[in-house]
Amino acid sequence: MSLRKLFKINEDRSLYPPLNSEGRIDVDLSSQKYLKLWHGPQHPGITGNMSLELTMLGDEIMDCETHVGYLHRGFEKLMERRKYIQCFPIVCRITVPEPDYNEYCFAAALEELSGIEIPETAKWIRTLVLEMARLQSYLMWIGGQAGAFGMGIIGQWSNYCRDLVLDRFEELTGGRIYHMFIIPGGVRGLLPHGFEGRMEETLKTIETFMVDIEKVMFNNAVFKKRSVGMGYIDPKWIYQYGITGPNARAAGLPNDVRKNYPYLKYPELDFEPITGKDSDIYTRADVRRRDLHLSIDLIRQIMSKMKNEGDFKAPTPNVLHWKVAPGETYIRSECTRGEFGYYMVSDGSEYPRRINVRGPSYTHAIALLEKMIINANLADVAGLMTSLHTYPPEIER
Amino acid sequence: MISQFENIKQLFQLEEITQQREGLILVTAPREQIVSFVTHLRDALNYKHLVILTAVDWIEKNQFQLSYILNNPFEKCDVIVRTFIDREEATMTSIHHLWEQAATYQRELREMFGIDFPGSPRVDKPFMLEGWDNIPPYRRDFDTKKYSEETYFPRPGRETNDPTEFMKKKLYPDEP
Repeated sequence: MSLRKLFKINEDRSLYPPLNSEGRIDVDLSSQKYLKLWHGPQHPGITGNMSLELTMLGDEIMDCETHVGYLHRGFEKLMERRKYIQCFPIVCRITVPEPDYNEYCFAAALEELSGIEIPETAKWIRTLVLEMARLQSYLMWIGGQAGAFGMGIIGQWSNYCRDLVLDRFEELTGGRIYHMFIIPGGVRGLLPHGFEGRMEETLKTIETFMVDIEKVMFNNAVFKKRSVGMGYIDPKWIYQYGITGPNARAAGLPNDVRKNYPYLKYPELDFEPITGKDSDIYTRADVRRRDLHLSIDLIRQIMSKMKNEGDFKAPTPNVLHWKVAPGETYIRSECTRGEFGYYMVSDGSEYPRRINVRGPSYTHAIALLEKMIINANLADVAGLMTSLHTYPPEIER
Repeated sequence: MISQFENIKQLFQLEEITQQREGLILVTAPREQIVSFVTHLRDALNYKHLVILTAVDWIEKNQFQLSYILNNPFEKCDVIVRTFIDREEATMTSIHHLWEQAATYQRELREMFGIDFPGSPRVDKPFMLEGWDNIPPYRRDFDTKKYSEETYFPRPGRETNDPTEFMKKKLYPDEP
């Protein structure tokens, strides 16, 4: 029997207690046959501040409920009481691993509603910043995925590499984690002198480390044995559950926003969406690894094609009295976890009427995870979660 | 692309079909047509991917706007379907049978805006706010500042200044 068959989700739930009206299992805990276990919010295998309420039979998971709300900061509400430029420094706080996608989506939505066209140089620099953000986010994810399967050292290597990218960010923007660089109308500045050479040096170092990481992680018998065939996502679920990004691409669908809905300078770059076939944890990890290499390649392409001169910001109205014409729009971009989008509604005043953030983890961490975790072993929960690359703050914003 | 909506305009009583940009259409439909219209979009016109289901509070018109953003991954275009419901009787038909993740969106709308979706799984269960006893916080009449002043106590040693007054005093102390 192949591994995939061994770990396939058992649709036959007749051995389990019946479901109640809410679609949940009611178990009699005093029978001592079942166990309720809270996986998180304080747990090294949880990707942030969320928790899974697991109902277990032995070490097998019968039912799971995702609980969020440990990090709710009410950004969408806060933005309704702030002028557009006051929203700009808080949007990046919505997701820590890659804040730049928030800045881009917010700026692009505002520019579309205001009818502002940004200069070419700004488009190139925005593309560069987004790819650098993708690179560092993947490097952090590798550490999490490896750590969830007991390979702690890889996280230390990849986080060293991530720090090198953060050094470049610091040089370019002044900030390491939150950059606040993609302002409405363009970007805050041109690349500093000698940036290209130092970026190339960083990319070379990352590539050297990636050779080791691939040897130790992707050719590791423990990792392969635990991840191949585990956490299978059926391609039929993709649209039914709203799955995007590497999770969908590992199932064979070339759904990449960069290619399908080209924005900024992506149409001028030469790349193909990375896809996989088997749709298990290993394939998703492999798709992300190849995507990381694609990101390195794209940064090199951007560096060779862009001209670091000229205007980098279009003229905008006085930001303190910036009234935006009534209307609504939706802007999407491809982040490391999938489709990241901003829905912005303006009522013609200086304040946004409503901004809704679509984080990809919203669907991955709740509807999808609750479905695919059934029948998994307790020891695999952390690896399964990390393989979906969920990130709670974008669920609760 | 806009023509496919013009064709079914009569059938679903659609209004205000506008094109925001290439690949993004805005359309308004009456509340009772939403579920059949969205089902038609999904099954007949290939809008397979539910991107967002969210609400906008138009308190001055006493209405909630519900926005369903759907994506057609094959023709690579989007549609924002809008409908308006009464703010006092905020109830809407659930679409959790069409997309699995819709139940989560509806649960959030129930908690944050107080819009009920009868029959949606776990819709009355707290999502982010456990033990909340105020009006739903994303409604426009909920004042975050007032709530935090009433609920939490200020840390001693901090003072708040009006920026205009503060700068005026600092820069031009002699002027009245």
